[in-house]
Amino acid sequence: MADIVLDKVSKKFPDGTVAVQDVDLEIADGEFVILVGPSGCGKSTTLNMIAGLEDISSGELRIAGQRVNDKAPRDRDIAMVFQSYALYPNMTVRENMAFPLRLAKLDRATIDAKVDEAAKVLELTPLLDRKPANLSGGQRQRVAMGRAIVRQPKAFLMDEPLSNLDAKLRVQMRTVVSRLQKQLGTTTVYVTHDQTEAMTLGDRVVIMRGGAVQQVGPPQELYDHPRNLFVAGFIGSPSMNFLHAAVSEGRLRTALGDVAIGDRLRRQIEGADAPRELILGIRPEHFEDAELIDEETRRRGMEFDAPVDIVESMGSDKYVYFTVEGERATAAELEELAADAGAADFAGAGSSLVTRLSAESAVREGENRRVWFNLDKIHLFDPSTGRNLTLHEGRAAGALAD
Amino acid sequence: MSINATPTGADVAADETATRSTGRHAAVPAQRAGRRAKAPLSENKRAERRLGWLLCAPAALVMVLVTAYPILYSVWLSLQRFDLRFPDQREFIGLDNYVTVLTNQFWWTAFGVTALITVVTVAIELVLGMGLALIMHRTLVGRGIVRTAALIPYGIVTVVAAFSWRYAWTPGTGYLANVFDGSAPLTERASSLAIIMLAEIWKTTPFMALLLMAGLALVPEDLLKAASTDGATSWQRFTKVMLPVMKPAILVALLFRTLDAFRVFDNIFVLTAGGNETSSVSMLAYNNLIRGLNLGIGSTMSVLIFIAVAIIAFVFVKLFGTAAPGSDDGERR
Repeated sequence: MADIVLDKVSKKFPDGTVAVQDVDLEIADGEFVILVGPSGCGKSTTLNMIAGLEDISSGELRIAGQRVNDKAPRDRDIAMVFQSYALYPNMTVRENMAFPLRLAKLDRATIDAKVDEAAKVLELTPLLDRKPANLSGGQRQRVAMGRAIVRQPKAFLMDEPLSNLDAKLRVQMRTVVSRLQKQLGTTTVYVTHDQTEAMTLGDRVVIMRGGAVQQVGPPQELYDHPRNLFVAGFIGSPSMNFLHAAVSEGRLRTALGDVAIGDRLRRQIEGADAPRELILGIRPEHFEDAELIDEETRRRGMEFDAPVDIVESMGSDKYVYFTVEGERATAAELEELAADAGAADFAGAGSSLVTRLSAESAVREGENRRVWFNLDKIHLFDPSTGRNLTLHEGRAAGALAD
Repeated sequence: MSINATPTGADVAADETATRSTGRHAAVPAQRAGRRAKAPLSENKRAERRLGWLLCAPAALVMVLVTAYPILYSVWLSLQRFDLRFPDQREFIGLDNYVTVLTNQFWWTAFGVTALITVVTVAIELVLGMGLALIMHRTLVGRGIVRTAALIPYGIVTVVAAFSWRYAWTPGTGYLANVFDGSAPLTERASSLAIIMLAEIWKTTPFMALLLMAGLALVPEDLLKAASTDGATSWQRFTKVMLPVMKPAILVALLFRTLDAFRVFDNIFVLTAGGNETSSVSMLAYNNLIRGLNLGIGSTMSVLIFIAVAIIAFVFVKLFGTAAPGSDDGERR
C-alpha cells in the first residue's frame, strides 16, 4: 500500500502529439481515485504511465515516496486490470491467478493458499480448473480482479474494467469492486469514460479533457460546483441544460425570461473585459412544476411558460422535455461533449430543455406548462474560456448572491 | 490435403448462406459442428448444399486431374518392373520394387541425409525466423525497409541463389572459398552438407519469419502488458505468454517448412549434384526416374516420399493439433 504522486507528468509522442500535459495529482494511501473523460482525453495514457507501460516524457512519478519514472512495471509492485481482461488463454483460472505469484517465486503452498483465498472472495472456487475460453464475461472479469488481488500490491490500476460487461452485470460488479477496495484498503486508480461509474465509485474524481486535468474533487463537489462548462456538462445524467444568455443593464436575457443577478456577479460581468454573452447552465432537478411550489420557494426562483414535448415517467419523478425559443448556446466544450455523447444534437446544447419534475405533476404532452426554476442553483459560464463565473471561493453561489 | 479442402469449403459456404437467410450469424460454428450430426435438412438447405457442390465441382475436377491422377499413376508404375532401357521386360511384380528400395543402402543414406537436412534446417530456421519476426514486428523506424531486406532471399529463385552459393565456394574464384584459403568445401561430404543447409536456411528463413509474424499479430498487446505488470521479465513474457498463445502459428510454420525441407532438391542439384553421398531422397528419385529411366524404381521412391510427407503432415495435424491460424478463435478470446 502506498500513495501515488504525479508531479507535472506529461506524455508527448514522437510525432509531436501531447497526450497528457502537466498532470498534478496526489493520491493518498488507500484512496480510490477515478480518472474520467471522453475518449482521447489522456486518462488511459496517464494510467499506463503510472503502471510503467508508457514512458513519462517529463515530470515525476512517485509511488510510496520513491521516484519510479525509470522503473520497469514489474519493479513498481502494482497490479492492473484491463478492459479486455487480458487473461492468459493457455492457462486455467488457477494458473492465471497464480501467475504473478509464481513469477515472484513464492513456494507452492503459499501460492495455493493465496489463490484459494482470492477465489473464495470472488466466488471463483468452482471455476479454478477452467480455461478462460469457457468463462462468461463476468467470470473473466472476476478472474482478472483475482489476479490483481492475490499479490497484495501497492496499488490497483484499472483500465475500464467493467466496460465490456452488459449493463446489469456492470451495476452488480460496480458494488463488488467498491466493496473489495474498501475491504483491502489498497490505493486504486480507476479509469472510465462512464460518468455514473465515476460518481458512484470513487473517493475523488479527476476529470480530464485533451490531456489536461479539468477538476479534481469528491463526486458531489464536482456535481455541485463545476469549475467549468466541460465539467458541468460531463457530470450528471441527464446532463445540465445550457442556454444562451445576453448581458444587458445588469440583467440576463435568456429564453426563459430576464434573470436578475446579484451584486457580486454584476460587478464581475460589468468589468471592461467581461463577456457580453454568457452561457447559463441549470440542472434538470432544479426545475419544478409551478403548481407544486409554495410561496417561500417561489421567491427564490423564476417561472416561465413553455410547450411540453415529451414526458418520461420514471416512477419516482418525471423527466419532462420542453421546447424553448431563442438562440442556442455554443462553445467548444459543448461541441466536444456532444461528439462524445455520440449525439449530433447534444441534449443540453439545443433549444430543448430537460427538466426533472415531481411525480405528482399533472403535466401532459402537448400542453403549455408553467415551470419554476431555482435561481440559487444556476451557473453562468464564459463561452470563450468555459470558466464558471458563479464560483466564489470554489463554491457555486448562484445568480442572486451578493 | 487440397482434395479434402474443397468439399469442406463448399459446405462452409453453404452453411453461411443458410445462416444469413435465417439471420443467425452467431450460430455458424455451432452449425459447423452440427453438420456431422446428420440432422435432417430442410428442402431449402439441401438445395443450397447441392448448389455448393456444383460450384466447387470444376475446381475439384481439375484437382483430380492434376493431382489424383499422377499420384495413382505413380502407384501403378511402382508396382511394375518398368525400365525404359529394357521396355520388353515390363511386367507387374507387386511390391518387389518396394523391397528393392527399402533394402538398398543408397536409399537409406539419402533418407538419412534428407532427415538430417530437414531437422537441422527447420530447427535453425525456427530460431532465426522467430528473431526476424520479432524484429519486423517491433521495428518502428524503417519498418518497410527492414521487412523488404529480410524478405529478399525468399524472393530470389532457388536455383539462382544456389548457383551464387556454388560460385562463392568455388576455389580460386569464389569469395567465400578464398576466405577459407582456397579450400574446396564442396568436394567433401560434411562441408557440402553444411553448405547445402546454409543455402536452405538463408533462403527460407524469411518465409518462416513471415508465418511467425502472422502469429505474433495474434498475441494481444494487453496480454503482454498484463504480464509485465504481473512481474514478468521480457524473456518470461516471451516464453510464458507469447509462445503458448502463438503455438498454433508456430506449428503451422513448422509443418509447412518440414514438408518443404523434406523434399529438398534444387540446392543439392546445383551445389553437389548429389556427389559425396549428399543426395536427398528427391534427388535419388530424380536420378532413377529421369536419368536412369527406371520408371518402376523411380516411381516407388516417389510414392515412398509421398508417404513420408503424409506421415509428417499426419503427425503434425493429429498429434500436435496443428490447425490453420485463427481457426480456433474460441480458445483465444
